[in-house]
Amino acid sequence: MITIVDYGLGNISAFLNVYRRSNIEARTAATPGELEGATRLILPGVGSFDHAMEQLQRSGMRATLDALVLERRVPVLGVCVGMQMLGRSSDEGKLAGLGWIDGSVTRLATLMADQALPLPHMGWNDVRVVSSDPLFDQLEADSRFYFLHSYYFACDRPQDALALASYGREFACAVHAGNVYGVQFHPEKSHRWGTRLLQNFARL
Amino acid sequence: MLRPRISPCLLVHKGGLVKTKQFASPTYVGDPINAVKIFNEKEADELIVLDIDATRDRVEPNFRLIAQFAVECRMPLCYGGGIKTVEHAKRITGLGVEKVAISSAAVENPALVPAIAEAIGSQSVVVVLDVKQGGGYDVWTHNGSRRVGQSAEAAAAAMEQRGAGEIVVNSIDRDGLMKGYDLALAARMRAATRLPLTMLGGAGSLADIGAVIRTCGVIGASAGSLFVFKGAYRAVLINYPAQAQKDEIIRSALQPAGDRVVS
Repeated sequence: MITIVDYGLGNISAFLNVYRRSNIEARTAATPGELEGATRLILPGVGSFDHAMEQLQRSGMRATLDALVLERRVPVLGVCVGMQMLGRSSDEGKLAGLGWIDGSVTRLATLMADQALPLPHMGWNDVRVVSSDPLFDQLEADSRFYFLHSYYFACDRPQDALALASYGREFACAVHAGNVYGVQFHPEKSHRWGTRLLQNFARL
Repeated sequence: MLRPRISPCLLVHKGGLVKTKQFASPTYVGDPINAVKIFNEKEADELIVLDIDATRDRVEPNFRLIAQFAVECRMPLCYGGGIKTVEHAKRITGLGVEKVAISSAAVENPALVPAIAEAIGSQSVVVVLDVKQGGGYDVWTHNGSRRVGQSAEAAAAAMEQRGAGEIVVNSIDRDGLMKGYDLALAARMRAATRLPLTMLGGAGSLADIGAVIRTCGVIGASAGSLFVFKGAYRAVLINYPAQAQKDEIIRSALQPAGDRVVS
């Protein structure tokens, strides 16, 4: 079943609501035992990187999550800070990331140092799908999602980028390697486009 | 392309949804949760909810109500009213609210914005500046009853320095009048900060929204009355432009002046 990792951060109920309206079963897990039987994992996240990593460590679910993702190859979707946690590290904090996908998190301000655009990057932006993947099924032509972030995920391998968003410069707003997926935007708050993406993730 | 945001702003007073005029005479317009459900269906860009009692009554944020909003809201939510501590902000984002709005407390306690930004990240910290025209534009707090003695531009620059992630400028003079945004104020504020900016107060038509986008580019245009009243008699009717209509307002507002069709 689709299991939303509840480590005290992120809008858990928003994901549950999307799946309830889509008639797709989903549940939350706050303990290692509750992760049993997960066939899809969603890792939400808001706030600062270190705080999110600390909360996840404190939840006691880290080892079970590692086993599910790295050994049993259960598909996982990191959202917003949850996506940033998938990498090795973040400029925002000192703690190590989960290391499930090769990349590190960098300040958007560095990427666009020569641009006079407002920061953080906040609002609805178009997303350009650059690699065919079932996650973006029927979202290739016209899709827009809600963004709210000051940092972005820089993939080591350009081919891991599934979709790009443009804000002064293009950056990877969706990444994918094996069973690990991450999106910088908030699908749970992106109306029909986000609902479609979360439905696609359920059907991977 | 990052799009300008068109955001309904809902005021909560005594548990109900109200609309004020120049920060006074709140009119009851309905049940706030019901309004959220309608804006979900209409796919609003985001929603701003402000509890106008909490600071005045010196009470904590109403966490039970906030939890209800967070559960119902299928669009990004910004919540303000009574947030005075880091713990308040953490608890509210923990409930699933994307952004917390701080107004009086941010002005009175300069250490608060940096502390909250540190705890929940700058991107989730919104400072609401209530502004009234004097010689220039002054910041007021406590529902427009206390004058701070700082210009709106200086306050926005200071909040940016302290780690705010967005500035909402609320025009007390224009509130509820539906005669258009104060475009001179909007232009001044756009020049005063590099943060994302949202203008609130005065919108009476979709053309007014187009005008503020034409003035400032990609910003947030927020409105209360426009999205809860219909017609000259201010009949209560929750409304919001359809996607195609919204795209057209934005397209026409952002195209270069020479290409504009005069209608």
